[in-house]
Amino acid sequence: MNAIYTRDAPDYIRAAYSLRSWLFSTDHKRIGVLYLISITVFFFLGALAAGLIRLELFTAEADLVTPDVYNRAFSLHGVLMVWFFLIPSIPAVFGNFLIPTMIGANDLAFPRLNLASWWVFMGGGLLTFIALLLGGVDTGWTFYTPYSSMFSNSYVALTILGVFIAGFSTIFTGLNIIVTVHKLRAPGMTWMRLPLFVWSHYATSIVMILATPVLAMTLLLVTAERVLGIGVFDPALGGDPLLFQHLFWFYSHPAVYIMILPSMGVMSEVITAFAHKRVFGYAYVAFSSIAIAAIGFLVWGHHMFVAGQSVYASMMFSAMSFLVAVPSAIKVYNWTATLYKGQVTIGVPLLYAMAFIGLFVVGGLTGLFLATLALDVHVHDTYFVVAHFHYIMVGASVMAYMAALHFWWPKITGRMYPEVLGRWSAVIAFLGFNVTFFPQFLAGYIGQPRRYQTYWPELETLNQISTLGVALLAVGYIMPFFYFVRSLWRGPRAPANPWDAFGLEWMIPSPPPTEPFKDTPHVTWEAYDYPRPEDQGARDGR
Amino acid sequence: MRFDWIDTLPFWPDQISDHAATVDTIMVAFSFVMVLFVAPIFVLMAFFAFKYRRGSKADRMGRPRSLPWLEATWALVPLVVMMVFFYQAARAYFDMHDEMENALRIEVIGKQWMWKTQHPNGKRQINQLNVPVGVPVVLNMISQDVIHSMYLPALRIKQDVLPHRYTKLRFVATETGTFHLTCAEYCGTLHSRMGGSLVVMEREAYDAWVEEAPDAVAPVERGRRLFTEAGCRGCHAEDAPVEAPLLDGLYGSAVPLAGGGSVEADDNYLRTAILRPNAHVVAGFDPIMPSFRQQLDEAQILDLIAYIQALPTGGREQGEGR
Repeated sequence: MNAIYTRDAPDYIRAAYSLRSWLFSTDHKRIGVLYLISITVFFFLGALAAGLIRLELFTAEADLVTPDVYNRAFSLHGVLMVWFFLIPSIPAVFGNFLIPTMIGANDLAFPRLNLASWWVFMGGGLLTFIALLLGGVDTGWTFYTPYSSMFSNSYVALTILGVFIAGFSTIFTGLNIIVTVHKLRAPGMTWMRLPLFVWSHYATSIVMILATPVLAMTLLLVTAERVLGIGVFDPALGGDPLLFQHLFWFYSHPAVYIMILPSMGVMSEVITAFAHKRVFGYAYVAFSSIAIAAIGFLVWGHHMFVAGQSVYASMMFSAMSFLVAVPSAIKVYNWTATLYKGQVTIGVPLLYAMAFIGLFVVGGLTGLFLATLALDVHVHDTYFVVAHFHYIMVGASVMAYMAALHFWWPKITGRMYPEVLGRWSAVIAFLGFNVTFFPQFLAGYIGQPRRYQTYWPELETLNQISTLGVALLAVGYIMPFFYFVRSLWRGPRAPANPWDAFGLEWMIPSPPPTEPFKDTPHVTWEAYDYPRPEDQGARDGR
Repeated sequence: MRFDWIDTLPFWPDQISDHAATVDTIMVAFSFVMVLFVAPIFVLMAFFAFKYRRGSKADRMGRPRSLPWLEATWALVPLVVMMVFFYQAARAYFDMHDEMENALRIEVIGKQWMWKTQHPNGKRQINQLNVPVGVPVVLNMISQDVIHSMYLPALRIKQDVLPHRYTKLRFVATETGTFHLTCAEYCGTLHSRMGGSLVVMEREAYDAWVEEAPDAVAPVERGRRLFTEAGCRGCHAEDAPVEAPLLDGLYGSAVPLAGGGSVEADDNYLRTAILRPNAHVVAGFDPIMPSFRQQLDEAQILDLIAYIQALPTGGREQGEGR
């Protein structure tokens, strides 16, 4: 299998050195790196806003910033983190970098569309950033009408335009992945031999291209109402504000699965590699991704149990929301079973993966609380919801992103990071995350509404614990930033397969050449074809 | 079944209704069941990671690739158990939407950034809601601007308050005291200041308190005056020169519509009929009524509805010349 890659060709990083050769590269690996750098910037910007929010909430009274600044801070935090970090995070960085290689192709189906997606993304990001510099937006990331369309005195239209444009980059990426998986699989790489990372990205891409256009249309309608006074959502103009909520959540609930499905793909790769064993129940894990994507489109109304929708609609949305938990549960149980009779090494990626499972389980199950009608009526729009979706989006998605970063960093950069510091960062981030967000479940059940700058005195203890947790969490995020950057110069050179992992991306050098496959590989093995103990004899427990 | 010890837990909010007790019981029971489903994952993960650490002597022969019975078990057993909670919570949710007999109706208007409440005799409050203990209360709520949400955590209930139609919140408080009342839907700059208190009083105390309102004019009375002043009477009267439907006994009846079908004349129907008369044209009449959107504010619309609601069935109101 060693002969499948191109020997003696320079790797993709040394292929050319000019800035232009990066900014206009159609190499999926370079575009992946461009995305990695861009979303890191957006992540730290969004994190600064989060820090400001938690500092203000250290005390019950408003004593740090004005209400307008506070409202702009949480709106900015949401907009940046959702559309400019979480949605592109794993698909646009790791999906981009890895999917062609994993299926034995030298690039995505549409390399120039891929480059366009990054430029479009940066264009959207720039507009949003300009809106921030001008004074920001104060609608929250949800842009609920009629507040956003008729009442807010902030840069709503500009921000919406930024998000609208960035949405096209999501659609481009989704389209590219779908076509690539259909058309560019190497001979022998059948659907049931695909790495689960590819399956989960395929499911994600379906959601991307079906849901994102609905967001685009909805945001255009908000802008039309705000700028041109065309009545769609504002009842004073004959519109219906609940229509906005239906359209928005028809996108935004599936968008949650855009943020979590790729993470699940990362989990399957990392856990099998560090258990050194084929995933348990491959087909169940693969099809559960498709099931999540499909059922995910039928649950949006669970955001509207108290919005004034029909009680019968609420009942159906509640039932569907219970149903969508089943495929997620299947995945978690299968990952656990994958460790059974494995050869488990606790490397940094596996530590992050275990943190993912712990936090995802809490986030997922508290999601069931929110699907439970009478419970949701109480905790809807409180910190219980804030805690829940941060367990999913930060606890799970960001942990998976960190797992992916540590797992594929040697492949992407050709350098190793310091293992011990990596372990510390995983443990610190896990602890910091729980200290920050667990108290919010309690505060939410007591009734602290979200998006509040001030709160009742009896909630102060819980909020102070939460704010202190942020300090710990920040250390857990900043540490990797420094040791990753340092490793680019000082890190030991990475071998082709530092983890003894199975998969096409580990059969090519680190970092890979621009076109890693000299000849298209013929795949004769299934995914995660790790050696079985029966074949190896009892040597050394293998 | 209901757990009575729940509200003695630390960090547990006040619990002042049967509905709140039901919600708390579902919450605690659900949490308990969740732990049962989750514990095996954490325990087994730690156990496998240790027992099957690389190089350990554990037996690894006969690895299963996939076990359909096991997949079915861990997919279906939790789902079936969850359905119990789905059902219980759905029932509680439907119950809180059920109409109540002899409910005390209080009007609520939300605006950036305050709550205005009005009791049946016209007594008004701002950012405060006084109610009697043990009496069914229905809040009839509307917003003057953006979406707000009436949240009463001690009762475990909330309902969004919309700018274009009435929504209702029903409850029976079972304990007296002062509790939080707040806005749960983000509504702009001072969203976090849009709150106040829910004061649950003994019945006699409430009756005495509500009577103590020298300036209050009952909404029905204000509506009666408005009916003339705004010009409604010019058409909606027997001797009017224009053909317009009479409104006696209208409230709660089924109104036949031009073009077929009918609609129940509830609060939302009447509000729409005043603001957007052509939305539902009554069968047999011409769509000639102008919109009163510019003339009336939300409080006045409530007054008119109260007046129309009080018009008796099949006859004219006593002492009312037409």
